[in-house]
Amino acid sequence: MSSGDVSRALRRVAHEILERNKGASDLVVLGIPTRGVALADRLVAVMAEVEGRDVPSGALDITMHRDDLRRNPIRAIEHTVIPAPGIDDKTVVLVDDVLFSGRTVRAAMDALSEIGRPRAVRLAVLVDRGHRDLPIRADYVGKNLPTSRSERVQVCLSEHDGLDEVRISGGER
Amino acid sequence: MKRHLLSMNDLDRQDILAILDTAESMQDVQRREVKKLPTLRGRTVVNMFFEDSTRTRSSFEIAGKWLSADMINISGKGSSTSKGESLRDTVRTVAAMGVDGFVIRHSASGSAQQVSEWVDAVVINAGDGLHEHPTQALLDAYSMRRRLGDLAGLQVAMVGDLTHSRVFRSNLICLKSLGARVTVVAPPTLMPAGVDAWAAAEGFDTSYDLDAVLPTMDAVMMLRVQRERMSGGFFPTAREYTVGYGLTRERLRALQKHTVICHPGPMNRGLEIAADAADAAQSLVLDQVSAGVAVRMSVLYHLFAGEGSLA
Repeated sequence: MSSGDVSRALRRVAHEILERNKGASDLVVLGIPTRGVALADRLVAVMAEVEGRDVPSGALDITMHRDDLRRNPIRAIEHTVIPAPGIDDKTVVLVDDVLFSGRTVRAAMDALSEIGRPRAVRLAVLVDRGHRDLPIRADYVGKNLPTSRSERVQVCLSEHDGLDEVRISGGER
Repeated sequence: MKRHLLSMNDLDRQDILAILDTAESMQDVQRREVKKLPTLRGRTVVNMFFEDSTRTRSSFEIAGKWLSADMINISGKGSSTSKGESLRDTVRTVAAMGVDGFVIRHSASGSAQQVSEWVDAVVINAGDGLHEHPTQALLDAYSMRRRLGDLAGLQVAMVGDLTHSRVFRSNLICLKSLGARVTVVAPPTLMPAGVDAWAAAEGFDTSYDLDAVLPTMDAVMMLRVQRERMSGGFFPTAREYTVGYGLTRERLRALQKHTVICHPGPMNRGLEIAADAADAAQSLVLDQVSAGVAVRMSVLYHLFAGEGSLA
């Protein structure tokens, strides 16, 4: 995906979220660090443009809820930032860059349940690459990218990597 | 990071910063309605305290519980040690029950190190005699950093009973790693033997004149006069100690506006620290206590959450 593809996909996703939610009321957009936070910020920027009002956004660190902590070296913990009105009775849209096994999203739902009780939780991702381990699906998808398990999907965003791009690398075809 | 936390020397600068950064996130958890994280579910950690303690023991216990570890308390009194069982037998007995870690406080210097050689579990030193108390140094650094920012280049004074202070020894190593300049102040009788050679080797300053030191400091750490270890005639009277080395109301006025005051607790109000100083806006004493839980959560996370941490 080129930088144009990324921004078009994000604009469409932002519109879809607003359409499904019938506007921006009671919406909270939470990004999953690190790239999900940048995506969440971009989504709310588009929504603000369309609706003419700010949509609360934040970050949700899920490190402490991962189920693979014991299999990996210690990870640094990112900050969780919940916008002031909280998430109780709101529609929370979780945002991540790539949806793969679904384990990150599972951890994010656990993390959310400790912060409050949203009315609904939706999932928006830039890339859905398939190969789910858990019964989880995305509500809003930037692009479906069929891959093999051995391939790597790399999402680059200008906030972190200097340019917008999605690449598939590695893997035997 | 090493497997155990026995001394501040087990942590390099990178490790210290990682622990302090994680503690920042843990402090967010402290303010939440539900304070429980599932991270250490299924881990069992034993708090073994052979010396009296309020804040260290309870903050380790709270820290462990908030991370969903099972925390068990064993104190010297009321355990089999009072029937004459040796430390080695006691810890090996408990280790044989399959625990993952020990948090240990004991009056013998080097006891945590010894325990780490006797058992397979992870050992955290929560104060061993006159030797070290690493988590206290970490929470002091954390509290100071929150108020003052990066500690590199800051002037920190440690004042009081240096000879008997494990807090002093751990802080010295920690502050040096973080780049602060330390000045130690004590009456000659409470300066550790051979301090001059030590100061030259480790790069800290010594002074016997508190009033000369105070005006240039960014942080002043008052150490407790340990009455239980004061049988050796180190100073003539408590009053005389206060006049020479207590943080009195007059000395409080001599501090710069931004200078912070730390005390590891428990405080002897009116002896090493006046009530005015302990309760001043510049005082970090209560910040240190709440930081204690966040920093200990962070330490438990770094020692128990990752791969290879299981014995």
